[in-house]
Amino acid sequence: MKTVSGEQRYWNPYIGGVLLGILLFLSFFLVGHGLGASGGVHRVAVAIEDLVIPEHVDKTPYIAQMAGGDRDPLSHWLVWEVAGILLGGFVSGLLRGRVRLQTYHGPQITPRARWAYALVGGTLMGYGARLARGCTSGQALSGGAVMSVGSWAFMFAVFAGGYGLAWFVRRLWQEA
Amino acid sequence: MAPFDFAALFGETGGYLVYLVIGFCFGFILESSGFGDSRILAAQFYFRRLNVLKVMFTAIVVAMLLIFWSTALGLLDYNEIWVKQTYLWPGIAGGIIMGVGFILGGYCPGTSLVSAATLKIDGMFFLAGFIAGAIGFGETVAHIEAFWHSGYLGVFTLPEFLGVETGVVVVLVVCLALAMFAFFEWLRRTVYGAGR
Repeated sequence: MKTVSGEQRYWNPYIGGVLLGILLFLSFFLVGHGLGASGGVHRVAVAIEDLVIPEHVDKTPYIAQMAGGDRDPLSHWLVWEVAGILLGGFVSGLLRGRVRLQTYHGPQITPRARWAYALVGGTLMGYGARLARGCTSGQALSGGAVMSVGSWAFMFAVFAGGYGLAWFVRRLWQEA
Repeated sequence: MAPFDFAALFGETGGYLVYLVIGFCFGFILESSGFGDSRILAAQFYFRRLNVLKVMFTAIVVAMLLIFWSTALGLLDYNEIWVKQTYLWPGIAGGIIMGVGFILGGYCPGTSLVSAATLKIDGMFFLAGFIAGAIGFGETVAHIEAFWHSGYLGVFTLPEFLGVETGVVVVLVVCLALAMFAFFEWLRRTVYGAGR
């Protein structure tokens, strides 16, 4: 596909929202859990750690409960869900010609700078998601739909953090 | 009565496959909605595009209504579904840190997965950072154990908090979502003009 961006062919957000809502309901209805992403990635992180420094993992209680001794951090439904997300995203991108090695960045910064910010932002997200016991999917979306007070407080905290800093880092995303 | 124990029905692997399919649909919807593109996600914070808000709140409202109705009709056992326990303070602190990570990094965990899956390099860097951050938390949580368990309220829902019927909260959330859509659209038009 030679299009500059496939944006025009993205779904209408309300249609995407309705479909996501139905999926979220089906997930609760069928398996009793909402949707999750960060928990599965966390287990992959712990698996990497367990591969490199298994003795250390056994001695650190928080991760030993996932990977201590014979425990396999990857044999968990969250990991399968993450594998599904990767696969689903890939197939959706493939069907629309969006699977292409490229960097999305604001017009004022270079791809290299964008990578650095993505790495820093990702690190904060990884730490924050563990601290908050969930991410936008597991806490805000899933917890929000079942009306958990903590999830709603979390959701507003995410927006507060994002909107609070947005103006100061507008050079990252805005046009000149 | 729902929910079901698929591992008991189809065996462990069969149970996992159900999650693989759910994840597949989740990733497909995220990518199709444009959430593999950090610029679309970040634009939410500058009121240029409201896709994040629209998709997220539409999904919450639809799921909430369907859960509410299926419970009322006796099809779903609400006591058997997983509602996250509230740890208020680490939830709020983690949320603010994640908001900062969101605007700097351009993704949240789920969206970075579909971004990386479609070979976006910024999504891959984000994901690498996420893994590092998660490992960092596991290594340091022992020092903030007390804070990490602070503000514990157990399974605590909005109807309990507000002291009203669940149906009232459903109506309130629907109204909140509609008000937010209208407010943000108004803001977008005011900031960027009607042409966009």
